[in-house]
Amino acid sequence: MLLKVSKSSDVKESQVTDESLYRDRRRFLQASASLTAMSLAPSLSMWPAIGSASIDFNKIGKSDFSIDEETTPYDAVTSYNNFYELGLDKGDPKRNAQHLKVKPWSVKVEGECEKPGEYNLEDFISPGKVEERIYRLRCVEAWSMVIPWVGVELGPILKRFQPTSKAKFVQFKTILDPDNLPGQKRPVLEWPYREGLRIDEAMHPLALLAVGLYGKEMPNQNGAPLRLVMPWKYGFKSIKSIVSIEFTEEQPATSWNITGPREYGFYSNVNPEVDHPRWSQKRERRIGEFLKRETLPFNGYADEVASMYAGMDLKKNF
Amino acid sequence: MSTSSAEVFVSTPFAGKFVKSALFTLLLIPLAIPIYWFYTNALGANPIETINRWTGDWALRVLLLTLAVSPLRRLTGWNNFIQYRRMLGLFAFFYVCMHISSYIILDQFFDFGAIFDDVIKRPFITAGFTSFLMLIPLAVTSTKKMVERLQHRWIILHRLIYIIGMVVVLHFWWMVKIDTREPAIYAGILAVLLGYRLFYYIKRKI
Ligand code: HEM
Repeated sequence: MLLKVSKSSDVKESQVTDESLYRDRRRFLQASASLTAMSLAPSLSMWPAIGSASIDFNKIGKSDFSIDEETTPYDAVTSYNNFYELGLDKGDPKRNAQHLKVKPWSVKVEGECEKPGEYNLEDFISPGKVEERIYRLRCVEAWSMVIPWVGVELGPILKRFQPTSKAKFVQFKTILDPDNLPGQKRPVLEWPYREGLRIDEAMHPLALLAVGLYGKEMPNQNGAPLRLVMPWKYGFKSIKSIVSIEFTEEQPATSWNITGPREYGFYSNVNPEVDHPRWSQKRERRIGEFLKRETLPFNGYADEVASMYAGMDLKKNF
Repeated sequence: MSTSSAEVFVSTPFAGKFVKSALFTLLLIPLAIPIYWFYTNALGANPIETINRWTGDWALRVLLLTLAVSPLRRLTGWNNFIQYRRMLGLFAFFYVCMHISSYIILDQFFDFGAIFDDVIKRPFITAGFTSFLMLIPLAVTSTKKMVERLQHRWIILHRLIYIIGMVVVLHFWWMVKIDTREPAIYAGILAVLLGYRLFYYIKRKI
């Protein structure tokens, strides 16, 4: 696969991150290492040693996939969120962030794979592989941001569960906790929130499992502790606060598609040619900018991902 | 109708003027607030959206206030309410103009191609635009001279406001992605205000 040669080396750290943010680095998962060592996880011989099972945010690798664009300020990234579990207004997730209980956290892996089970968060994060990736994020509502995520590539993680030949799709689910999550008290969406990918999309090197942003632990309102980032798809595909991963043979149902099948497709690749029935997708407002920008096919990642959809009618498979 | 003390109060020219100025000032507050937010950097991550929604909300709210004048007058017998109706209506139109300016200037920055597309393709914008078109003749004929000149035709023309109210609620309803609570509240208020008129009309006929 042809991968765009990135110019990320031109990006100075200071351009990306406010200094104060880096000064304030915290360790991820202060949960004691001894406890996590006695995890519920089935013991997997091929599993790399997890060690202290905490992410050292001082040792984040750089990625060639990072784009060379000015990042959206931390304040905006963490105060303007669509995370309906924490409220419908975009300011709600930050206000209600404390209602999301992220410790302890485990993820159930099930379906068409050889190594199903209940895994600890730490099992997803191979030490040394955590890197920063500066990606565009394009919301279906026609606004966008540039976010320096911290995370690991999704594909190698999924492979560790040894998906079988029947695994054609992957379904993800967000935490279901209506007692604590204010948004889940009303049936605005079918809870828990569900998303899905075709297996080749999930295995694409751009697909990221993020655990932080701006060099820090993931804020709750951005989908702590573990979320997907699919930069060439509309933001709602990048499911937050994942508690379940299921390999399936059939295309899984996805929350927004259930709610509005005419408005939100399974693929939901960013596509300026296919309007949302109620608004145009041709342009977007980059948060912090005055004039709208042209929206790019696949959100500017066409060189990397377009081949996966060769021969498909993207107007039908929107 | 016997003369209530309230009526006496606003009937004195001085008090009436005072109430009017106070109301005028009050109605400017929704304009002052986003200006204050602008200077204190409190418009949020997407200031244009904040302004667009704020002005849209207040256009609708003042419009509903205007529609509340007649029912209130009938219910309280306080006829002097009527002297504020024109000002309320014009303020509603003022906030509509702010809302539309914010859309044309801030949101689209005079991209008339995109605006045209929106108006013909997006049902919620079509509804907003239609209500704006219907509001123009009402604003134009709001002067005393026009009221006198048009006489009972003025009353008929200004019944357009009932339809405008409904189309604006539709504009809001069609805009939201999923959460219809807010437009539903406005729809409820509008239903009460219009329902009262219908009730009164039927009662008078019987
Ligand atoms: C040419 C006419 C109009 C246009 C182009 C227009 C445009 C818009 C747009 C683009 C939005 C969505 C804002 C967003 O998504 O963030 C909106 C929302 C709204 N508009 Fe309009 N509008 C028009 C007329 C009106 C009129 C006449 C009224 C009321 C009297 C009105 C009241 C509202 C309200 C209440 C909202 C919802 C605000 C909210 O979300 O809280 N609009 N309008």
